Amino acid sequence: MSASPAPLLAVQDLRTRFHTLEGIVNAVDGVDFDIHRGETVGLVGESGCGKTVTALSILQLLRCPPAEIQGRILFRGQNLLELDGEEIRKIRGQAISMIFQEPMTSLNPVLTIGDQISEGSRVHGGMTRQKAWRWAVEMLRRVQIPEPDARVREYPHKLSGGMRQRAMIAMALSCKPQLILADEPTTALDVTIQAQIMDLMLRLKEEIETAVVLITHDLGIIAEMASRVVVMYAGKVMEEAPVKELFKDPRHPYTRGLLGSIPVIGRKAQTGRRLHEIPGVVPSLLRMPQGCRFHPRCPEAIDICREQESSMVSLGEHRRVSCWLEAKNTGKEAPTRGQGGME
Amino acid sequence: MALLEVQNLKKYFPVKKGVLSRTIGFVRAVDRVSFSIDQGETLGLVGESGCGKTTVGRSILRLIEPTSGQVRFNGQDLLGLDREALRRVRASLQIIFQDPFSSLNPRMNVGQIIAEPIKNHLETSTAGIKERVAHLMEKVGLHPEQMSRYPHEFSGGQRQRIGIARALALNPLLIICDEPVSALDVSIQAQVINLLAQLQEQMNLSYLFIAHDLSVVEHISNRVAVMYLGNIVELANDQELYRNPLHPYTQALLSAVPIPDPEVQRKRIILQGDVPSPLNPPAGCAFHPRCHKRQDICLLQEPEFQVLGGDHWLACHLR
Repeated sequence: MSASPAPLLAVQDLRTRFHTLEGIVNAVDGVDFDIHRGETVGLVGESGCGKTVTALSILQLLRCPPAEIQGRILFRGQNLLELDGEEIRKIRGQAISMIFQEPMTSLNPVLTIGDQISEGSRVHGGMTRQKAWRWAVEMLRRVQIPEPDARVREYPHKLSGGMRQRAMIAMALSCKPQLILADEPTTALDVTIQAQIMDLMLRLKEEIETAVVLITHDLGIIAEMASRVVVMYAGKVMEEAPVKELFKDPRHPYTRGLLGSIPVIGRKAQTGRRLHEIPGVVPSLLRMPQGCRFHPRCPEAIDICREQESSMVSLGEHRRVSCWLEAKNTGKEAPTRGQGGME
Repeated sequence: MALLEVQNLKKYFPVKKGVLSRTIGFVRAVDRVSFSIDQGETLGLVGESGCGKTTVGRSILRLIEPTSGQVRFNGQDLLGLDREALRRVRASLQIIFQDPFSSLNPRMNVGQIIAEPIKNHLETSTAGIKERVAHLMEKVGLHPEQMSRYPHEFSGGQRQRIGIARALALNPLLIICDEPVSALDVSIQAQVINLLAQLQEQMNLSYLFIAHDLSVVEHISNRVAVMYLGNIVELANDQELYRNPLHPYTQALLSAVPIPDPEVQRKRIILQGDVPSPLNPPAGCAFHPRCHKRQDICLLQEPEFQVLGGDHWLACHLR
């Protein structure tokens, strides 16, 4: 996981905003991160923090306008935001594919599973209809759907939630992408089915050596699947760290708050019945607080937090935090990569 | 004596088909469920979607009429009560719903929503009601000045607080909490869990806490019951159930929960397949097609739900 070779994907100063009737909403506001070949990076945060919009911006799956995407998204050195419609279509589903949260609404109800899985290999791989169909059966077998020869002819409504998510994974993997954006891939599933899907994803990821951006709000899933974590809050990156360091030594008060607020099985005896809570609510994107966006909820906020946004403080390779307390402690306020969030 | 005692509760939903709506079968949503809750205690009821946990909660309140069984609450048999008597009992038996977006009337302001049960059950003056509503709002962490606002002006966590204030309005003895935090973000979830715990201490409340999240249930419950396909398969106090799970389903369920600690390495039991349809549950033990410890007897005979000692209940042939 060394940083020396060029990253597979480099998101630089990504800003995605929506023009709405109530004003401009800055859903993603200056986000940077790198993804290297074969690694799994977790993108964590609560609803409205911009994690899904980040993924949709990468593949330009947002209607513009009302959306407006700025910044640079370098994939294998090429800026995806400069590509025209035809060129980005060649990337989607082939080099970068996406797994959506809701397998119920993201599969087409009037096409068979086979049609949907084989579409990618026909369009991108230039396979004939029959060959693509056989490949779809093979993919269903790989995602362990029983009786793939029969299932391939069925429509999505005949499949259970877990099976649909498997079909979705088969579709995402059918062109052997180099990068998969997985947006809450197991959130809609029951815990035993979630375990099946996580197990499957880990195995297939090894097989086809793809990198994964795992978007989730569940820190348990992050701990088990990701090697590096980017924590987002209100459209900005708050902290980035290798997974073990993040859980052992969270530097941002928001990360500490998140980790403290989840109940963990077997810890009740130590922590007592009261969970650590983050007071207040996530701010509205229309009315962002001045200074650090987290300061109204931060137990450790100092004067400067209320006035000025903190710059990103680098604490080592892939270890950075955007917090004034840390900036004060380390004494170095060098902004890393672009201008990470300066006004 | 227990505050709530449920015995052999059953709810079968008829499945109808054709022009004449003939009944062609039954969905056995709840099939012989028994448990009890003491004053001041929290019983957690966990299970995956479709296992019947919500139907249990609603059948106790008779929001859904159970098919058969016995529900004794505070000495009264709820299933034998007429409408008026049931209405009176519901003052001390309340419910908090999962979805804070659809369980509050969008045309009523918060004051009216919380005042509704008070008006229905206690005859007080307008000033008295207002004072009580303000007090309840403070109790759940809302500002009484927001009394004239409408539900859509509140966030998910705040709406859930409104639902809690409404449930508390008549000083209930027992609250059925049906997935009260699963629609909320983690930081807000912690706020609501803490609020429920604090209210329980203050008012000596009992909870039936229905949820699918095993870590949340462990955190809040004194005892935990695990449901699978309409049956309780295991019931024990929280420490016992989580440290010494005996049913293969409980074991698999616990091993499937992702632990937010990357240093922890453990062996996961991956259950094969999906939950079978309750329209046509498997013969014998309902869990046998997915069970990793299945034996011949499991295919033939349904296991009894029986106590092993130390208040650990189990429905499994292996013990």
